Amino acid sequence: MTEIIVVTSGKGGVGKTTTSASIACGLAQRGKRVAVIDFDIGLRNLDLIMGCERRVVYDFVNVIQGDCTLKQALIKDKRQETLFVLAASQTRDKDALTPEGVRRVLDELIADGFDFIVCDSPAGIEKGAHLAMYYADRAIVVVNPEVSSVRDSDRILGLLASKTHRAEQGNGDVQEHLLLTRYSPQRVGKGEMLSVEDVKEILGLDVVGVIPESVDVLSASNAGTPVILNEDSTVAQAYEDAVARLLGETLPLRFVEEPKKGFFARVFGG
Amino acid sequence: MGLLALFRRTPPSASVAKERLRIIVAQERSARGGPDYLPLLRRELLEVIRKYVNVDPDAIQINLDREEGQEVLEFSVALPEKAARQPGRKSSRQ
Repeated sequence: MTEIIVVTSGKGGVGKTTTSASIACGLAQRGKRVAVIDFDIGLRNLDLIMGCERRVVYDFVNVIQGDCTLKQALIKDKRQETLFVLAASQTRDKDALTPEGVRRVLDELIADGFDFIVCDSPAGIEKGAHLAMYYADRAIVVVNPEVSSVRDSDRILGLLASKTHRAEQGNGDVQEHLLLTRYSPQRVGKGEMLSVEDVKEILGLDVVGVIPESVDVLSASNAGTPVILNEDSTVAQAYEDAVARLLGETLPLRFVEEPKKGFFARVFGG
Repeated sequence: MGLLALFRRTPPSASVAKERLRIIVAQERSARGGPDYLPLLRRELLEVIRKYVNVDPDAIQINLDREEGQEVLEFSVALPEKAARQPGRKSSRQ
């Protein structure tokens, strides 16, 4: 049984690709066979975050147009045996992606016995974003605790409920999860940032993970290593938890409380 | 929050954000799935009403409710206080 998960958000720059890379990698670490697909046609980026940019020969559009086989285009991850990347094409022709073509590639991955297909959606609500979510069974909606990101995510929730294959066929809902990124418990404590509870209440979604704001995300992308592999990082631990929850485990949220302050900091403010 | 923070009077910005989001999200959800002409209808109705009463753009609410096979278009306008009622045309008549 293959599960198709879309990582989406509406707004750009909130951490979709970082999340796709880490979730895919985390699932593979747990022995699942995972394919992660970059749907951002024209703006390929997942390959860089996964650190396989120099091994891209064929891409998603090549497969759809029959220039190569799917096997030729799938890039096997150097770290995880069971993880494969399908890069986005750099073509500017957005029509290169068709619903039938996407379906064919997904069907072939399903027939090949993949456990998970992670679809990294582009920002916006145009064709690429639409097709990334269209065949999804589940959606991870990546949100920054910030007004424009929350509003855009709500638009995306509307589309998930109406413009997906499941919605159109009346074939059950796409299961939606909220993943908060760039979360700063200190700023939440000071009343400067929306809290997990605030965002949860506004969007009405279950929380699959809260990823703390950290410099580790940039260093991981600099190095081309999914941040989940940096075991010392709280970001990695938070992504590990999210992967476990996706697989059905119940875990309390970590890294959402402010670190305890000393006496002087409490009296004089910090 | 430390002692010094007690002297700061501005409300925490997160609660402002939450309130604004609550309103806009509810508004956008109610328009979702409705006919595409709703925003235009709202704008044109606002223009007509403003010829007679100077209402705020936010004072007009359009809601589409679906109940057992029938759709109800609910339309409400909050009129301003008496002092603010100045029909746009008045000046041109004088």
